[in-house]
Parts: sequence; structure tokens; C-alpha cells
Amino acid sequence: MEELPVQISFTVNGVAQRVEVAGDTPLLWVLRDLLDLKGTKYGCGKAACGACTIHVDGEAVRSCSFAVKFAEGKEVTTIEGLSTEGGLHPVQQAWVEEVVPQCGYCQPGFIMATAALLEKIPSPTDQDIDDNIVNVCRCATYYRMRKAIHRAAEIRGQGSEERS
Amino acid sequence: MSEAKKAKKSGFGRRKFLVGAATGVGVILGAGYLSRDLGRRYMAGMIHNLEPSYNNEAGPNLWFEITAENRVILHSPKVEMGQGVFTGLAQIAADELEVPIENMEVVHAATDRHVDPRSTGGSDSIAGLWNPLRELSATLREMLKSRAAELLDVERSALTVDAGVISGAGKSMTYGEVVAQTQESEWVVPDPPPLKDVSEYRYVGRPIARVDLQDKVLGSPIFGFDAALPDMLYGAVVRPDKIGATFLGADTSAAEGMPGVVKVVEEPDFVGVVAESQIQAEAAKKAIRARWQVDRNWQQADIEAMLKVGEGTAFEIQKAGDAEDLLSADGSADGDLITAEYSSPIGAHAQMEPNGTVAYVETKQGADDQVTILISTQVAKITRREVAERLGLDERQVNVKTTFLGGGFGRRLHTPNAMQAAVLSKAVGRPVKCFFDRKEEFQNDTFRPPTHHVLKARLNGGRIEALEHHVSSGDVAFGSPFIPELMETVLGADLGAWRGGMIQYRGIPHHRAVSWRVKLPFATSWWRSLGLLANTFAIESFIDELAEKAGADPVQFRLDHLADDEAGRRMRGVIEAARDRARWAEGAGEGRALGFAASTDAGTPAAQVVEVSVERGEIKVHRVVCAMDPGLAVNPDQIRAQCEGAIIMGQSASLYEEMTVEDGALTPTIYGAYRMALMRDAPKEIDVVILESTDEPGAVGEPPLGPIGAAIANGVFKLTGQRLRSLPLRIASTNQG
Repeated sequence: MEELPVQISFTVNGVAQRVEVAGDTPLLWVLRDLLDLKGTKYGCGKAACGACTIHVDGEAVRSCSFAVKFAEGKEVTTIEGLSTEGGLHPVQQAWVEEVVPQCGYCQPGFIMATAALLEKIPSPTDQDIDDNIVNVCRCATYYRMRKAIHRAAEIRGQGSEERS
Repeated sequence: MSEAKKAKKSGFGRRKFLVGAATGVGVILGAGYLSRDLGRRYMAGMIHNLEPSYNNEAGPNLWFEITAENRVILHSPKVEMGQGVFTGLAQIAADELEVPIENMEVVHAATDRHVDPRSTGGSDSIAGLWNPLRELSATLREMLKSRAAELLDVERSALTVDAGVISGAGKSMTYGEVVAQTQESEWVVPDPPPLKDVSEYRYVGRPIARVDLQDKVLGSPIFGFDAALPDMLYGAVVRPDKIGATFLGADTSAAEGMPGVVKVVEEPDFVGVVAESQIQAEAAKKAIRARWQVDRNWQQADIEAMLKVGEGTAFEIQKAGDAEDLLSADGSADGDLITAEYSSPIGAHAQMEPNGTVAYVETKQGADDQVTILISTQVAKITRREVAERLGLDERQVNVKTTFLGGGFGRRLHTPNAMQAAVLSKAVGRPVKCFFDRKEEFQNDTFRPPTHHVLKARLNGGRIEALEHHVSSGDVAFGSPFIPELMETVLGADLGAWRGGMIQYRGIPHHRAVSWRVKLPFATSWWRSLGLLANTFAIESFIDELAEKAGADPVQFRLDHLADDEAGRRMRGVIEAARDRARWAEGAGEGRALGFAASTDAGTPAAQVVEVSVERGEIKVHRVVCAMDPGLAVNPDQIRAQCEGAIIMGQSASLYEEMTVEDGALTPTIYGAYRMALMRDAPKEIDVVILESTDEPGAVGEPPLGPIGAAIANGVFKLTGQRLRSLPLRIASTNQG
């Protein structure tokens, strides 16, 4: 049975949000249908494709299978919150440089998964990429994505050099 | 004022200007559609397509708008599903219009102002619009120039156009300013002006970045699944999980009182529910007990028994010489008779965006109903017709607004979900959003049909004297409710099934191809490149077998059997280009092998060399060299992107993908279980060589999918000695390495 509605508070892309919804509602639908953030996509509903990947407290999470109640008090980032006023996130910048997207539907999930990977492994090897980027892209843009991931690591590295 | 100009101004309304009709494609340009809001003025143009299905349309198609800010908005009749068509069309229009591509914006045409009589598919979008769009754009440019001459009071011949600005005698105006100062009756439509030479183009022929690139990395494009209207409810339709299920009725009592449920809607052919939220609609759907009639509990063995060359009806699609007699087994002909059988499985589209629709049937007192459909569709015109027919409306009461498509691949040539959403919306009087879940996508797909192939050849003195290909396939074009429209795009018998099935080595004196039609109990249809992948897998693997028997190099063996005509020369070009780029003669590194295959699809030849290995019993593809000759390359970078994607999608279908029938249902129903290529499977090196042997653009999106399956299988044979004749390719598990 559906759980009774409860109040859940969390931040999304830096903005405090409070929703009243059944606690077991997948975070994906809260983001898309209640908060109107449509960049996070539904692909399968069973955490099998990664189109719905977002960050919860910096961790990559497949939001179709993440109950909203577990987001209580946490910081959620979606594709809409990845870039800043300063410009595109390094992963997005690399995606532009390599002209990665085709249909574009799965790309937010890949970009979010890659951004989380680079936080953990700033200069991933091909093996690191194979092991960690396991989303599905039917246009099969993998060849350019791999190049873009390496490029994003470079851009990110240059950025941190400039800051230091 | 010239005589011609007077006649046009006084004699005709904007909808009656017809210029260049002798070419079969007329151009109507008008200044209708003037908008009062936002200070924006519209420039309307149209191609009046003389196909019968289009003759009754009410008004001119809207092609261009020019805003006061001097932006040019192109209303694309072709939908953007990843293939980059928006970018190619923007390049073509910008070059003839003389505007910076940054000033171009491309949007999907909505059917209330622009109806494409055809579909988006068959890799013909850029090729088909190449001349019409250039002509339209050049005509619009000349209209703007003529009008500017009047407004600036400068001789027309003294005016030049650069970057959307018309200048002369020290004065200038932007296109936007010209449009803002022109009334409908003041436009003069010239005869079609001469088109520029391709060498004069600034954008065509260059690797321009996709026009939707920035939006797509920000996650901002709206797909059908994302579409919304104010005050929208959520619908869900019960779909069968068994093959051949006929809807009989439903017990809806449990669903009626569930939280959020607005209405349960039962129709003669389906049952659905409308609720306040997506979650509630899905929950209520699960509580509906639908009754289905299922006459037979289909199994995989039943399908395989049906799908045999020799079963069903045969259609000869190619014949030269006397292959049939030479290949009979009575021993009267000289040389070695060689035969082999090949097969391919059922394939799913598995496009990432499930089919979703928002429908709003607006019922107005004393006025006609108006229907709005927001949807990912490759056939807006058919989607519109289906909705109109179901609701008993005129097609013009239905406005189909196409969104971005989260993949097409042929899946969105069938959109009955639009009609279902419209029925639900009408029942509740509010917009309703309705979509498939992933399990429903896998079970209600319009699958790539499975195939069975028989090949026969006679070798004589190291050459192929006779070659025959028989393919048995489920329907692709046949059996579709949309044949009349789509036959305009794809001519012939079920050419979907036999696409790629003809013998391209027409230097073989006797050759023949036969297509056997099998009616399967589940829907089969268009899947990117149609029969090309399976047919090429069979023929090009068999050619490799023959080369092996003849003791010949597989590449040279192919070259030796090409005809000396244009198609043969273009095929030779890509075969040699792939061979040379891949350094075929040097072979592969330790523990690896090279495989080769080639195909021609929709007039575009492609050849591929792959480098493979076998690791822990699995085939790995390390490197692919692809040479393709699509003619003039409008956007070389997007042609490369299409090749890269088609290669990996074809690799995925060749190595991993397979739907099977179990206990009356198609399975599996989720990614993972339906294994597809992931990052770790994709080749780390893809090298694309583009040949441009003609001066017009040709097909791009599907042709590079042809060779990959055979090329991999041929590489695996060279490496292991195992000749794999069934897709998906699997190494026999003799040693678990």
C-alpha cells in the first residue's frame, strides 16, 4: 500500500524545498512532477539504465529507485543545478567540446554520473570509466563520451591548478 | 512597376502564389501569419508538395519566421531524434539566406501550420530537403532584397546582403527591419533565383557544432515524456503482456475508489484510468482486472518453425543470369556447390525515452472541439489522422506538436498512444499525460523481425559463378496500418525486410535474391536500417566463406566481383579506403584479428574493418574503421557521429541483443536482462573516412549499421576458426578462458 503523505524537507540545487508526499514516492517523480525539474529522465524505473542519475549529498543516485523520505535533510543536485553562474560544469564543457549528445535523453544521467566519478577519481583510467559509467545510451554515444570524460578530467585539473 | 509584379500583386492571394511548379515542387511564399504579440512579425513560406495526400491542405506551410531581433526561425518538418537534422537544415538555410548560423533557430513544425506529408526516417531528411530548402531560402532572401530596395530607395542591383543585413549606397537594413515594415500585400515573389555554388557556402560542408548542443548538456530540451499542459492529469492504459491478446473487458471496481483516481475509462478496445498523479494512475492501473482472449500460448520454437526459407510466400527481388539452375544440387553444373544457413533474432528498439503523450481535447460550447497533442513522433501527420479518426473530427481540429525525440530508430512510426491519451482527455475534459513503462515498451514494441537465410554459391576457378540469397523475415513495411503514406518514402514490396538483401557484387554472372514473407503473431516493423543488418550479416559472412574456400584475400575477393558501373565504382571506393586506412595487409596485433564487410543502403556504400579479440569467452571489438560515401557531406562531424553510433548500436545488436518468446510473452522486459552495449563494450577507436563521390547529399543515418555484424563475425572466424552463423554472435564454450 501507498504510504501516507508526510512532510519532507531537503535542498535541491541549493534551494530549500518542502514537499508533502508519500514517503516511498521515488525522488524522480518528486523532482519532475512536483518541482518541475524535467532534466532528470525516466528510463526504466528499476535503476537499470541510469537516465535518472542525480547527486544526493554528492553521491550519484538513481532517483527512480530512491524513496524521497531518504532525502530528508540532504542536498540534492540535478542537471539543472550542475552549472553555475560562472559557466558550464567541466563535464558539460567537455561534452560540448566533443559534441557528444545525439538524441540527448540519457545525457543528463551520464553527465551527473561522470561529475560524481570525477569527485572520487579526478583522473580516471579507461578501466575506471568502464567500471563506473554503466548507464545505457541507445544512440550509443559511448565513443565520444569516453573522450569527453578524459577531457573533463583535464578541464577540472586546470581549474584546480588555477585556484591553487 | 514591372508587369509581372503588378500581376502578382493584384491577381492572387498569398495562398495562390505558385512558383516553379514545373519541377513538381512549388514554392508559395506569403506574409500571412502576422503576429500581434511580442512585436514579432512572421514570414511564412511553404513548399506545396503535390502528393495526393497533401492536396487538400488548407494553407501554406510555415517555414520561416523572422523576428524584429533579426533571428530566423526555421520550422522543421523533420523531427530531431538525435540524427542532427536540425543542424544540417540550419546550415543549408543559413547559407542561402545569408544569415549567421548563430541567428538561426530550428523548431519542430506543429501540424496546424506545417504538415509534412511524409515521415522522418529512411535516412532521407537532408537528402530530400537539400534542393527544396535551398530554393525556399534563396527565394526568401531575394524577396527581402527587393523589398529593401523599395524601403531604402536604392536600386536593387546596388544592394548586397551580408549576415542578415542588406546594404547599399551607404544605407542598410536588417531582415528583421524589412519584415517589420512590410505588409502582406507588399511582398513580391520572384521566380526561383539561381542557387549558389556549393563552394560559396560557409556552413555547408563544415563540421558545425550541433544547434541543440548547449541545451542538451543542460538537460533543457523537452521530450514527449517531459511535455506538460496547465491543469494536467495523469493517465495509464492497461496493456497486454501476452502475444495476440484481444481485449474483452475489465473489472474496474477496485480501481474506482483508489486515492487520486478521477475516472476509469473503458472502451471497446482498451481500458485506462486518469488520476491526479503519475504514481496514483499507475497504482490504479494495477488494480484493474482486464480480461484478454489469448488463442495460443506461443513459444520460441513455434516462431522458429514458422521462420524458415521455403515457408510462407516468396518474392523474387533480384535476378541476373541463371542462378537457380546453376545452383541446383543435381550435379550437372561444374564447380563446387556451397551452401550455408544464417539467422538473426527478434530485436527491441529499447529507445531511452518511453513513448509518452500529452493530449488535450478541448470541448467548446457551440464550437468545434480542438485537440492538442504533444508527442515524440516520426509521423506527425499519421498521429494526427489517428486521433482525428478516433474522435470523429476533421484532421485540422487536431494540432500535433512534436517534441524532441528521445531516440526514434523507427519506434515512433507507430503512435496509437496519442489516440488513447486523447480518449482519456476527452473523458475528463482536462489535459492528460499518458506513457508506457519500460516493461510495456519491451512487450508492446514493434520489433525488428527475426530472420532466417539460406545462401548458395557455385565456385569455379576461384571465382563466384552463381550466388543466391534467400531471406525469410517477419514483416517490416507490410502489415503496418501506415503503408499508404510510408510507401511514398519506401517504394516496393516489403522492401524493409529485404533491405540489404540483394547481391551487391553484380560482377557475379548469375545472381538472385528471394524474400520469403512470414506473418508473425506479434508486431514487427521498422528498426534502424530495417533488414540491412541481418541481410548483410548473412551475405557478407557467406562471401567470406567463399573467399576462404577460394583461398583468396577476402577484400580482394570482393573487389574482384564488383561490376564496373557507378554503384560498383562507389563500392570499390569505400572498400579500398577502409582497407588502406585500416592497414589491412599488415593484419592485427597479437591475439587479435581483422574482419571485413561492406554494404550499400539507400544509395550509400559503407565498408568496415574491425579488430577483434576473444577474452574470457566474449568477443571484444577494439577498433573499427568505417569508410562511407554519402555524397556531399553537409556536416562531416555529424556524419561521423552517426557512423560511431550506428557502429556501436549494430555491434550491440550483433553481440548481445535478443528477445525471445516464452509462455506466450516476449522477454526480457528490462535493460540489463536485455543486454545492450555499454561503455565498456564500445570500441576505443573508431576511425571514419568520408568519401564524397557525388555533389548531392545522400543517406547517412542507417547505412553504417550494415557491415558491422558480418565484419565482427569474419574477424572472429579468422581468429578462432569458428564460423558463427547466428546473431547474437556467441563463441562456442570449448575453453573457459
